[in-house]
Amino acid sequence: MLRYILQRVALMIPTLIGVALLVFLMLRAMPGDITDVMFRGEGGGVPEELIVAERQRLGLDQPIWVQFGKWFWGLLQGNLGVSMWTGQPVAYEIAIRLELSLQVAVMATLLAVLLAIPLGTLSALYKDRWIDQAIRVFSIAGLAVPSFWLGMIIILLLLTLFAWHPPLTFTRFTTDPVANLSQLVWPALAVGYRYSAVATRMMRSTILEVLQEDYIRTARAKGVFERLVIVRHALRNALLPVVTVIGLEFAFVIGGLVVTEQVFNLNGIGKLFVEAVTRGDNTLVQGLVLLVATTFILINFAIDLMYAWLDPRIRYR
Amino acid sequence: MSAVSAAPDIVYAAPRQRHPVIAFLRHQPLGAAGLVVIVLMILAAVLAKWVAPYDPLTVDYGGILARPSWQHWLGTDNFGRDVLSRIIYGAQTALSVGFLASILGSTLGALIGVASAYFGGRIDMLVQRLMDVLLSFPIIVLALAVAAILGKNVVLGVDVNLVLAIGLPMVPKVARVVRASALAVREMPYIDAARTAGFSHARIIFRHIVPNVTAPYLIMLTAFVGQAILLEASLSFLGLGATEPTPAWGLMLSGSAIDFYQQAPWMIVFPGLAISLAVFAFNLFGDSLRDWLDPKLKI
Repeated sequence: MLRYILQRVALMIPTLIGVALLVFLMLRAMPGDITDVMFRGEGGGVPEELIVAERQRLGLDQPIWVQFGKWFWGLLQGNLGVSMWTGQPVAYEIAIRLELSLQVAVMATLLAVLLAIPLGTLSALYKDRWIDQAIRVFSIAGLAVPSFWLGMIIILLLLTLFAWHPPLTFTRFTTDPVANLSQLVWPALAVGYRYSAVATRMMRSTILEVLQEDYIRTARAKGVFERLVIVRHALRNALLPVVTVIGLEFAFVIGGLVVTEQVFNLNGIGKLFVEAVTRGDNTLVQGLVLLVATTFILINFAIDLMYAWLDPRIRYR
Repeated sequence: MSAVSAAPDIVYAAPRQRHPVIAFLRHQPLGAAGLVVIVLMILAAVLAKWVAPYDPLTVDYGGILARPSWQHWLGTDNFGRDVLSRIIYGAQTALSVGFLASILGSTLGALIGVASAYFGGRIDMLVQRLMDVLLSFPIIVLALAVAAILGKNVVLGVDVNLVLAIGLPMVPKVARVVRASALAVREMPYIDAARTAGFSHARIIFRHIVPNVTAPYLIMLTAFVGQAILLEASLSFLGLGATEPTPAWGLMLSGSAIDFYQQAPWMIVFPGLAISLAVFAFNLFGDSLRDWLDPKLKI
C-alpha cells in the first residue's frame, strides 16, 4: 500500500509540472499583454516610454524561458507570484474570495448528494415505471439547463414573488448565518441542479448493476427483508462509484461557478478568473488554473486511495 | 391413386429486416422524440429566412420591450428586435458551432485514442500523461483560455476560433474512451492476421481498428453536440463567443438582458428555453443511441 501511495505521488508531480508549463505557454501565446489592456485602451495617448518601463517592471521584456523559470522557482517555494493588475500577491487575491466560492461549492455538493442518493435509488428500484421515467427526465433536464440561465430564472422569481434583490456584498456565515445562507443558497441551487443530475444518473446505473450481482440473489434467497437487501447490500456497494463522480465533479463545480457568479454578482474565484482572463493578468490566471487543477488531481488521488482501502478486492502492485 | 400427397409448401418466414433507423426509433421512443426536436431545429436553422417572421437584426425603436403579442409572439428586446426571429436565427449559430466543434473534438480525440492504443508502449504512456494534464482542467476553463487566445476569426459565417475553443477541450475525454475500446480491438486475432500480412500501420488503423470503434465514437459525438451548444452559450454569455449583433442564444442572455429582468422577462426566459430544449434533445438522443449501440459504455 505504501509503495502504491508513493508511486501515485511520484506520478502526480509530472502531471502538475505539465499543468504549470501548459498554462504558462498558453497564456504567452495570447496576442498582446496586460500593458495593452492597461494603457492602449480608449483614447490611448500614453507615452511609449511609460509602457516600456511598465513591461520592464513586470518582467515581460525578458525571454519566455526566463519568465517561466522565475515563476516556477517561486512556485517551488510556495509563492504564486504577484497579480499584474492589482499588484497584490496572487495567493491573497485568491484567499479573500475562496471562502465564498468554497461555501457555494460545498452547499451545491450537499444538495447533489441529498438529491442524488434517494432519487437514483428510487429510479433504479422502479425501473421503467412512471416514477423512473419522471426522475430520468428530471435528471436529463438537469444536464441541459445552463446553470447561469437557471440562476437568472431564480433571481427573476425571487424578484417577482418576494421583491428580493441579490445583495451587493458578501456576508460571512460567522457574522450572520441567516443572511449568508439566504444569499448563497440560490447560486448553490443553480449549480447544484446539474451536479445532482450527474450523480443521480450514476446512482441509478450502479444500483441497477449491483442488483444483478449474485450476493443480492443470495441475500434474497435466504429471506432477508427486501429493505435490508437494498440498504445493506445494494446501496453500500453502489456508493463507491457515486462518491467518485461526486468527488470528480466537485473540482468542476468551480468551472460552473465561472459563469454563475457573474449572474449572482458574487465576488468569488469564478468571477476573478473571468476578470483575470479578460485583463490579461497572466500570473493570476496561472495561479487560479493551478489551484483548480491541483484540487482535481488531489481528489482523484484521494478517491483511488479510498477504493484501495474500502474494497479489499483491489490490490495494487 | 397417389399414396403420397405432395409435400406441403413450407414457407420459411425470414425474420423481417427493418431498416436500422426504423428499428432504433421503435425501440427508443425517448431517443426518437429527441431526434424529432433535432430535425425541427435543423429545419428552423436552414429555413430561417422563410420561417422567421422578422429580420433578426432590424432595430425598431418604436417598439422596444414589447410584450409577447400576436405581432411579436415572444416579444421584442431593448432594441425592438423580434425575440422569436432572433431565437430562430440563433439556431444557426448554436447548431453550426455545436456540430463542427463536436465533430472536430471527437474525431481528433478518436484518432489520438486509436493511435495511442495501437502503438502502445512509450507513445501510449506519453499521450496518456498529456491527456491527464488536459483532463485536470475544467472544460470551461480551457475553452475560456483558448477563446481568449485565439480571438475571433469568422469564415463563411462561422467563428472558426470559437469552434476550436469548444472542440479542443473535448479531445482528451474522447481519446480516453476510444483508447479503451481500441485496446480491446487490438488484441483481436484479425489484427495479428493483418500484421502478418504485412499491412502498413495506417491501413491496419483505418481499415481494421477504426471501423470497430465507431460505436463509442458516434456516442461521444452526439453527447458532445449538446455540451458544445451549452459551452457556446456560456462563452457568448461571458462575451468571449459570438458578438453583437449576431443572433446567438447565450448572447441574448448577456449584457443588457440582466437590466430588464422585471420589465421584460421574456428576453431572458425564451432564449434560455431554446438552449435547454436543444441540449435536452441532443442528450436524449445521445443517451438512447448509447443504450442502442453499446449499453455498457461509460462516458
